[in-house]
Amino acid sequence: MSEPAYRPRTLFQKIWDNHVVHAEEGRQTILYIDLHMVHEVTSAQAFEGLRLAGRPVRRSEKTVATADHNVPTTDRSLPIVDQISKQQIDTLRNNCQEFGITHYDLNDPNQGIVHVIGPELGYTQPGMTIVCGDSHTSTHGAFGALAFGIGTSEVEHVLATQTLLQFKPKTLELRVDGQLRPHVTAKDMILYLIGQITTDGGTGYCVEYTGEAVRSLSMENRMTVCNMSIEGGARAGMIAPDETTYEYLRGRKYVPQDFDAAVEQWKQLPTDEGATYDKSLVFNAADIAPQVTWGTNPGLVVPVDANVPKPSDFSDATEQKTAAGALDYMGLSGGEPITDLKLDRVFIGSCTNARIEDLREAAAVAKGHKVSDHVDAMVVPGSGQVKQQAEAEGLDHVFKEAGFDWREAGCSMCLAMNPDKLSPGERCASTSNRNFEGRQGKGGRTHLVSPAMAAAAAVAGHFVDIREWK
Amino acid sequence: MKAFTTHTGLVVAMDRANVDTDQIIPKQFLKRIERTGFGEFLFWDWAKLDDGSENPEFELNKPAASGASVLIARRNFGCGSSREHAPWALEDYGFRVVIAPSFADIFYNNCFKNGMLPIKLTEEQVEDLFQRAASHDGYQLTADLEKCELSDVHGLSLPFDVQEFRRHCLLNGLDDIGLTLEHEDKISAYEAAHA
Repeated sequence: MSEPAYRPRTLFQKIWDNHVVHAEEGRQTILYIDLHMVHEVTSAQAFEGLRLAGRPVRRSEKTVATADHNVPTTDRSLPIVDQISKQQIDTLRNNCQEFGITHYDLNDPNQGIVHVIGPELGYTQPGMTIVCGDSHTSTHGAFGALAFGIGTSEVEHVLATQTLLQFKPKTLELRVDGQLRPHVTAKDMILYLIGQITTDGGTGYCVEYTGEAVRSLSMENRMTVCNMSIEGGARAGMIAPDETTYEYLRGRKYVPQDFDAAVEQWKQLPTDEGATYDKSLVFNAADIAPQVTWGTNPGLVVPVDANVPKPSDFSDATEQKTAAGALDYMGLSGGEPITDLKLDRVFIGSCTNARIEDLREAAAVAKGHKVSDHVDAMVVPGSGQVKQQAEAEGLDHVFKEAGFDWREAGCSMCLAMNPDKLSPGERCASTSNRNFEGRQGKGGRTHLVSPAMAAAAAVAGHFVDIREWK
Repeated sequence: MKAFTTHTGLVVAMDRANVDTDQIIPKQFLKRIERTGFGEFLFWDWAKLDDGSENPEFELNKPAASGASVLIARRNFGCGSSREHAPWALEDYGFRVVIAPSFADIFYNNCFKNGMLPIKLTEEQVEDLFQRAASHDGYQLTADLEKCELSDVHGLSLPFDVQEFRRHCLLNGLDDIGLTLEHEDKISAYEAAHA
């Protein structure tokens, strides 16, 4: 009897293979889901569906909930003013009680953005399949997990069956060789990559980020990169686990009890030598400068020392039309230096950039400075734990002394479902992930940047090249 | 789930690429806890002027678009959020078919869960449909999922691709959860092996 031939596999392929419950030619595979995260905005209809069909939650212990999208970031001892928001938050609480699901409620010290609390509590682990009714679930891929966003019908499917029906995506390797230059961050890396592959370049793929520059990133920075995979069209983005991953997880609340045994398992996950991807693209970290988006999708991005493009800079007719529409919405004519753009608002927060390292980076820039008198700037920590840690380090004082507003945890002005929003025409430097029209408030103009670039812009009142910051 | 077999309806052309889910249904309307009633908020920021009145320039507000149920748009339709409120809003408004050169993955998947057919064509084929819509008043298309064919009364007959299993489920309005639970024994076996 001969042994089956050894076939080198990618990280993605290994996780996929480990989770196949049932596969049939031409059909969607039934894939087992290890962790299902739930929030208030995309779950109510799913729970209602279960009730109507008389179905229970199959594995409530594999489901974790928190309220984040809709929550006020002001004083939590006060009642929620927006009654419709309140109803949605109350509905989640009641559903979790009824179906026996762990819920980090508004006043829980561990409440926060679902993609911040999953990793910090140790729910997120290498090799897992993780889903949530939110497209930025790709964040968890930073741990070498297969993590992606799903719709509400799929939320209901996972609640009822602990599985999901999936066609296997193709794999795309984005390799970044070399080291990032000083003051260039993970946010700049991912914005640059999206600029290169465009906003739909990853459609149909699961991305694996590889290369020396990626390996050198901290866990927080890896999360920033994977978080924005969806902005390049990819539902999932992942980074192979390594010592950085294991050290981040060691000692966290919900990691496996026999942690060392788990690590030995996780060490089997990285892509094997000789495994191939459906597509591979290679970039050089030294080519990446601090990035600023100028348009209305995250792929419309340039280095901070460049000028805003003109429609004529694009070759294809659809892209020219998109660029013209974006310039019009953004109140730009094209050709102006990015550093000339004057700002009204600065937002430091979101599942992309509201972890402790992000706040440290921003505080280091803001320290000893004052926010420009025509800028309204706010910092919204990603979770209760991040807030507590930042306060223990005195970062809140740095921000407050500089004139930043220091808030409670939540999604806040990343999507402006709560009262934090832009007014029409306001121009904002934001550490979030989407610069779509109206995303931060109808008529609001969003420029995506790194936390350090956002802090410097708040002080200067316009974009500045962080490499020249003193 | 709602079934889809064949549909003939008025076409509205949206000459825009990267139409994102924040445009399809802005976040202030995501606070409802029902699946229905989102249609009146469809494309809100484009459909309404600052004073809340209807924007007469917006494609869907033009008299010729009244009653449209087939939407054609440019590449990467439905990018952004996973919110199923986007297909809910399109469906509630009256759309049954969306045609574009490409769709964002999550949006595409969400359409099938709501009895709506997203059809991917080439850029050239979509351009041809834009021209047909512009040159015929009251232009209608028929999407036949049995035959996987798009047609009009002016001689168009265009095959389209859709994964066989998705087609089967949509034609029969099959409930995904019910289908999966037919394999409940396999889920239990998986759980026992991975406990």
